[in-house]
Amino acid sequence: MRKLLTGNGAAAWGMRLAKADYLPAFPITPQTEIIETISQWIEEGEIEATMVTMDSEHSMITAAGTAAATGVRVFTATSSQGLLYAMEMIYTVPGWRAPFVLVNVSRALSSPVTLEPDHNDILAARDSGFLQIHCSTCQEVVDAMLLAYRLAEDDRIRLPVIVNLDGYYLSFTREPVTLPEQEKTDQFLKRTGPEVKGFCASNPCSQGVAVLGGSQYSFFRYETHLASCNGIKVFSEIAAEFESLFGRRYQAVESYRAYDADIVFFMIGSFATKAKDAVNQLRSRGIKAGLVRPLLLRPFPEEAIIKALQNKKGVAVIDQNISLGKGGILYSELASILYNVKKRPEVLVSFIGGLGGRDLTPEDFFEMAKVTTEAADSGVTPPPRLLYTREELAAMHGLQEIALYSDTQTRE
Amino acid sequence: MWRIRFHGRGGQGMKTASRILGTTFFLAGYEVQDSPRYGAERRGAPMTAYVRAGREPIFERGIITHPDLIVVADRSLLSLPLAGVFQGLTKDTVLLILTEDTEQNLHIPAATVKAVLALPLSLTTDGAMSRTRESSACAAAAAALLSLPLPLLLQSLQEELHKTASELLQQNLTGAKAAYERMFKHQNLVRQSSVNPEAGYEPPHWIDLQFEDAHHSAPAIHGEATSLLVKTGAWRSMRPVIDIARCNRCGLCHTFCPDGVISLSNEGVPEIDYDHCKGCMICKVQCPMHAIDVQTEHGGTE
Repeated sequence: MRKLLTGNGAAAWGMRLAKADYLPAFPITPQTEIIETISQWIEEGEIEATMVTMDSEHSMITAAGTAAATGVRVFTATSSQGLLYAMEMIYTVPGWRAPFVLVNVSRALSSPVTLEPDHNDILAARDSGFLQIHCSTCQEVVDAMLLAYRLAEDDRIRLPVIVNLDGYYLSFTREPVTLPEQEKTDQFLKRTGPEVKGFCASNPCSQGVAVLGGSQYSFFRYETHLASCNGIKVFSEIAAEFESLFGRRYQAVESYRAYDADIVFFMIGSFATKAKDAVNQLRSRGIKAGLVRPLLLRPFPEEAIIKALQNKKGVAVIDQNISLGKGGILYSELASILYNVKKRPEVLVSFIGGLGGRDLTPEDFFEMAKVTTEAADSGVTPPPRLLYTREELAAMHGLQEIALYSDTQTRE
Repeated sequence: MWRIRFHGRGGQGMKTASRILGTTFFLAGYEVQDSPRYGAERRGAPMTAYVRAGREPIFERGIITHPDLIVVADRSLLSLPLAGVFQGLTKDTVLLILTEDTEQNLHIPAATVKAVLALPLSLTTDGAMSRTRESSACAAAAAALLSLPLPLLLQSLQEELHKTASELLQQNLTGAKAAYERMFKHQNLVRQSSVNPEAGYEPPHWIDLQFEDAHHSAPAIHGEATSLLVKTGAWRSMRPVIDIARCNRCGLCHTFCPDGVISLSNEGVPEIDYDHCKGCMICKVQCPMHAIDVQTEHGGTE
């Protein structure tokens, strides 16, 4: 069935099709629509699930992890400040090896507080042990939910998975979505039974996760890392199974017209479809552009990225995030895997933009391609570009004058 | 690809209008994308909604800079720069405005736009039993201008408003038909703009952002009594009106008003400061004497 769904609607459908049993919830814009939709389905008897509204995201992730440890299928969702508030538990539950799926609807972080997206929230969870799938369309959201449950519950992984979608640009945006059929979904997501033997209400027991000494600690941390790394191989296996059932093909790294490209955009998230548009326009102007986009960010699909970028003249890395005091996070990640590659791209140019939902216009993409081409031709890489225009700064200075005037008035 | 931009105030239903139009396109076999965009999520705040529709998969996303059609549900937005109604307007853009005024009285310079069309407000209300239904009228007018078939529009309305009470849904369908018929004669006016990739582009005016003193590059404004200076009453789409004859001087409206804009005289008679009342209607809900009526800011009664 093909219908118009928002990204939030697609996420709710993912939970419904996966028949998740338990949903601990806490509201936050722009995610709330997901739990509203699910709670309405429960109310109307459309689905059987238990939803509990928690006192905070910290408790919510704790509840999700503990419930998952008993073997029930768990879904939960948050965004931005909520993800940060949960951060202690975000780093804790992967070590329990309790599989569940968390949807994060990206929204830029405070301060200043705002509503529209960038990726600093989700990237704060980068090193937690959660696997991460980054979506660029509403179709990908519902499909990624099914892939995420399979990844999480695979015995070679057994880690929680975050499915990330951008606030507004996906969460509130309706696009045509083909819903996976329930019967095939049931086949794809077979139940594997209790994850931790003996966890049930009639047989209380405690789970100890304390160690003293670096050696034991290192063992468990390394094991979690190795489990995450298995995600690359498992992803390609389950994606093949997904394709044979549903007819849609996913790869850990999407390559769009990149095969014969000279200049490649490298980015994640929903703005990547804007890059495809720019690629097509640049191509019709005779410029060989392409896009390389990791869907899977953790584990980091090194080999696939290297293969996609080898022999390219230049890569424009577009970071919709900023590591304050360093720069673009994807840029650092990419540079680290290419350093030892012989046929690495001649230049990597860093662009930081789209913060707090600031638009990336077609002209921005064209100009990024131009700057990257010039850098490749000259061999001189320009410093990182913080995307901002003369017009934006003039408007900002106008606002600053009002603020300064107001401040002066207040102090007098 | 068709690009349509709706402008309204929170609560006027322009998100719904964009969905009705989006679903109509979808039923007609188009690839579709519709999305609302708002800053403060509150009634009365200016908001926009976008619809894109085409025969190919849509890669564009978010803001529509150069719309083929702009639909404005609230005339007061025309003079509000923040609302951005005129942003990206070209000589190929058609502007549709829901208003009682004539096109000439809107004083939009003819040279800046392809056409200005006024959609009479009376189409959205129904005499004494009036209910606002701007969303269906605006969507219907847009559907007519874009030559979408009326039966698909009505099917879309039923889908999008399936939770609406049947009587109200019927009024919406009637209003939508009237708006559709009114605009149908202009059906070839709006044209799909096309991007000419070979035309080149105007490079963005990127600058190297410089360090600025922390005293004025921090996101903090210290101001006194700014809430008095800002006339938040302009956000209101519905107006509470107290019938003093029925009022029992209990003061509950004064107590419950979240903005503190209902004052009591020495005799306990409430008075609403309409410069700052946002029209949330909590006072109406609380009033035990049912002495508070609701009027739309267009003059009708709810």
